[in-house]
Amino acid sequence: MSAFTEYLITGIARGLVFALLATGFVLIYRVTRVVNFAQGAFAVFGGLLTFSLLRAGIPQGVSEVLAVLAVAVIGLIFGVITIAGKIPLLSSLIITIGLAMLSEAVAMLVWGSIPISYSGLAGHDFVILGAVVQRQYLLVLIVSLVLFGSMALLFDRTYFGKAMTACASNAYAAKLSGINVKRMGLLAFVLGGALGGIGGALLTPVEPMTYNADVSLSILGFAAAIVGGLTSPGLAVAGGLVFGLTEQFVSGYWSPSYDTAVALALLIVVLLWQARRMRLEGLE
Amino acid sequence: MRLPAVADVPSREEVVPDDALLATYDLVVRYSSAVALDGVSMHVGGGEMVALIGPNGAGKSTLLNTLSGILRPAAGGMVCRGRLAHVPEGRQLFPELTVEDNLRLGAYRGGSRDPDPIYELFPQLHGLRKRRAGGLSGGEQQMVSIGRALMANPDIMAVDELSQGLAPIVVSDIIRHLVVLNEEKGIAVLLVEQNARLALSITSRAYVLENGRVSKEGRSEDLARDPAVHKAYLGGQVGQ
Repeated sequence: MSAFTEYLITGIARGLVFALLATGFVLIYRVTRVVNFAQGAFAVFGGLLTFSLLRAGIPQGVSEVLAVLAVAVIGLIFGVITIAGKIPLLSSLIITIGLAMLSEAVAMLVWGSIPISYSGLAGHDFVILGAVVQRQYLLVLIVSLVLFGSMALLFDRTYFGKAMTACASNAYAAKLSGINVKRMGLLAFVLGGALGGIGGALLTPVEPMTYNADVSLSILGFAAAIVGGLTSPGLAVAGGLVFGLTEQFVSGYWSPSYDTAVALALLIVVLLWQARRMRLEGLE
Repeated sequence: MRLPAVADVPSREEVVPDDALLATYDLVVRYSSAVALDGVSMHVGGGEMVALIGPNGAGKSTLLNTLSGILRPAAGGMVCRGRLAHVPEGRQLFPELTVEDNLRLGAYRGGSRDPDPIYELFPQLHGLRKRRAGGLSGGEQQMVSIGRALMANPDIMAVDELSQGLAPIVVSDIIRHLVVLNEEKGIAVLLVEQNARLALSITSRAYVLENGRVSKEGRSEDLARDPAVHKAYLGGQVGQ
């Protein structure tokens, strides 16, 4: 029972981090129609920058906030490179893959190849149904829920969020309405960067971060985002939880070697389901 | 294509009438090397209804997109002495958003975001306000598109291919609303239409745009009697 509880809680925590990345995918896609495969790099920078700031003697909370802000700026730079010119969408996608590879190289140069971690939320671990759970997971849960709630409010309840959605829905009409589509796209990259940075800063204490962790984080974040067709933050969160739990249960009850493989097999199933759904919607 | 020499280009003062709410003078717009508008000068006065007719590819939508700031002129210029709202070709709604959200986004540049005045004009939209715009009929979508433009509280509306894809009875209803807006609220209208008969019947003046140039201009009723216009756009000879 304790093992099951541990896998469950760890899976939820990891799933929420995937969901944060997925929400970044959704946010950027909804506004720009660009699938940002550098989303995982935001998480890597979030974790590694927090580590460096902590080593410089800056207090934990401040380090995390500064790292997230720095990653938001990185998001802005990625946005400028990706969407500032008149670049076709397919080229933008390739650019994000290139930026992810560049980020890996930079992270390798600055932080090296050894996995990096730091202490999470201070205080004793707690026990739930016989399983010892790190307090950091509690932080992941609270921060994620606040962020998901904020995102839902932003898109569903605010005029600004509707304007952001309008940019992706019909950029031409958005321009006619006076919405600065390019600026909204850059803002989406900033927010996507911040979400990825938060994910990385939250994940690193419980799972050491490496320079090349962006690949698996991007794939699983994308997988979660695709559950909601890259447009629904709510379904992306559900997708993140499904993939996080799948990964943990496969790792715990079967073998850690297969966790990502099974999650990716699940992704293929989701993609096939999405393709069928879209085809049926198109036929209606 | 030859561009006019600088000395040939009329000055803005020469071309733009004092009472013009919206005007272009010697406007040139290019798509890469292709010239879409080649020295277009036209104007719309306050409270006026003006038609812009012409064949496919004449540059009508290009002109509206330039007036709206979507396209940049390569030469010449524009004057707009009021708020311009553009009702684009094909309605161009935000299909995932509700009717009400579509309307409210029309006020993005400022002003009231209350859509009630639009519901007074198009009562049928009130019952549809929570529906996604993508699921509406063509006529309903056109009403939303006009309503969204009206949310900008415009002095002039540029309406592109209003009748496209709509049943005649729906077109009549929407045209009636447009005329009411013009007559009662004093909103000037620049109506771009391939349905020249419709456009010339409800406007006071008109321009004929062909190959990116204004080939004819004048009072709509005079143009409707012009044999060349009649033959090219009204499907026969005068009197038919």
